[in-house]
Amino acid sequence: MSGQSHISVKNLNIWYGKQHALQNINLDIPNKKLTAIIGPSGCGKTTLLKSFNRLLDLQDGFKISGKVLVDGEDIYDPKVEVTHLRKKMGLLSQRPCVLPMSIYENVAYGPRLHGIKDKRVLDEIVERYLQEASLWSEVKDRLHQPASRLSIGQQQRLCLARGLAVEPEVILGDEPTSALDPISAERIEQRFMELKGKYTMVIVTHLLRQAKRLADYIVFIYLGQVIEHGPARELFEKPKDSRTKAYVEGSFIEGYANQYVI
Amino acid sequence: MNTRQIKDTIAHKSMFLICLLVLNLALLIAWGLYRRAQPILATKSLGELLLNSTWHPGSGQFGLDGFILGTIWVTGIAIVIAVPLSILTAVYLAEYAPRKLSHLIKPVIDLLAGISPVIHGVWGVITIVPLVRDYMMPFFTEKLPFLPFSSDNYTGFCALTGGIVLAVMIFPIIISVVCEVLHTVPAEIREASLSLGATKWQTTKLAVLRKVYPGLVAAVILGLSRALGETIAVLMVAGCSLFALPKSFFDPAYPLPALIANTYGEMMSIPLYDSAVLLAAFILLLLTTLFNVAGWGILLRLERSRC
Repeated sequence: MSGQSHISVKNLNIWYGKQHALQNINLDIPNKKLTAIIGPSGCGKTTLLKSFNRLLDLQDGFKISGKVLVDGEDIYDPKVEVTHLRKKMGLLSQRPCVLPMSIYENVAYGPRLHGIKDKRVLDEIVERYLQEASLWSEVKDRLHQPASRLSIGQQQRLCLARGLAVEPEVILGDEPTSALDPISAERIEQRFMELKGKYTMVIVTHLLRQAKRLADYIVFIYLGQVIEHGPARELFEKPKDSRTKAYVEGSFIEGYANQYVI
Repeated sequence: MNTRQIKDTIAHKSMFLICLLVLNLALLIAWGLYRRAQPILATKSLGELLLNSTWHPGSGQFGLDGFILGTIWVTGIAIVIAVPLSILTAVYLAEYAPRKLSHLIKPVIDLLAGISPVIHGVWGVITIVPLVRDYMMPFFTEKLPFLPFSSDNYTGFCALTGGIVLAVMIFPIIISVVCEVLHTVPAEIREASLSLGATKWQTTKLAVLRKVYPGLVAAVILGLSRALGETIAVLMVAGCSLFALPKSFFDPAYPLPALIANTYGEMMSIPLYDSAVLLAAFILLLLTTLFNVAGWGILLRLERSRC
């Protein structure tokens, strides 16, 4: 397994202040496959995702123990350059968040940060990745208009193009279709299907159908713990844990509601 | 109609009237100043008043040139010093500083904004004046002779001192507005930029500050308005000498508000004196309005071109 894993999580514990958000996570994310992290809301899915590109560092009172290895390198090692790590890990957030500039500048933003100045090279990059995110034909005549004028679905595809333009190895998606209408969501899913195999992809979703449609590998998180993980078909058809079984069948998990009763 | 509705109507109408009154006050002040300035405008041409630097009421000379220039010098220096420093301070407090530290510093800054101008003036006299006189003036005159630094005013009471004191006075205003504005930027913008591999500074400079650009302009306008109208502190440190047209950082400057505060109510027997001083007040009002309108105009254009 370790030969094919891209991200390895070893004994990961995360706290926000006193809240123990993730407990003893051990996990291998397979290389160039699409992994879906599923589980009920507030169970630590996004926390786990954001621990992969160290965006959690921005949170106040955040504490971590254990290791996250990307390409065999511990990303929480103080010697690691965070900017370099984050360049490797493209992030697609829950709500599309365009930067306050033109469509063109949004895509060119990343490459510019990393030192590409030549206008012709940038033009090429912008066209290539807008095409890869299937947005090019819709925006090619208005590249220099503010990105905020695009529809929300187009904005999410622009964010995808922007993320791809820094040539990441991993694409992280934090419920990337939850703010979109069904048609825009489907277009994003189609993109993901095409990008599978080129990139290692990790997607947080609370939509079981989406996980079933897209994922090769499933991680089921419940109350800050990984209950079960494995190849998608196996996990959906023959869940080993009763809680996984209940969740994938859409029935109540015993005791879940009680967690929130004070 | 029942009493509840009557009360509602009364509240509505009376608040409308109060609002009208406040609006009218501004117009009334402008109109009153203009009317009182009328006598001098009737006897002398605008050119004679605005493009003439001789202020000699005894012989009927009322050139306001020097005062307008003095206002521009002092305010300009204050803005040039205050804007970069206070924006960077605000950026540090909002983006970089640990939350505990910024919670500690914020109230201190708000306190600074509330300090009486006369205290700033006294502090200017005992601290900034000697600093300018003994250190800055010899240094700049010697090292940067190509800039307008040479002057035969060796007292330390000069445009630069006024500008420095004013800058300190408008720091807290700009800082707190910029801080507020930076807090309105959604965290996702920072996450989006950081996750592309940007450093914190790149994120701040290219994404966050760009997002709040109109807010920065608004903060500067607020600071500028305050600086234009500030009277007592400037009057205490800027020299306020009558006979010089300020040409250098170290020349004394005599801004309009200081002129009005210093002379209004004295020597009213001199013909047209009172009218000339009120003309100065009217010009100050116009200048402030002009800068504000220009500022908001820039703001509107920026906002429209972005969304």
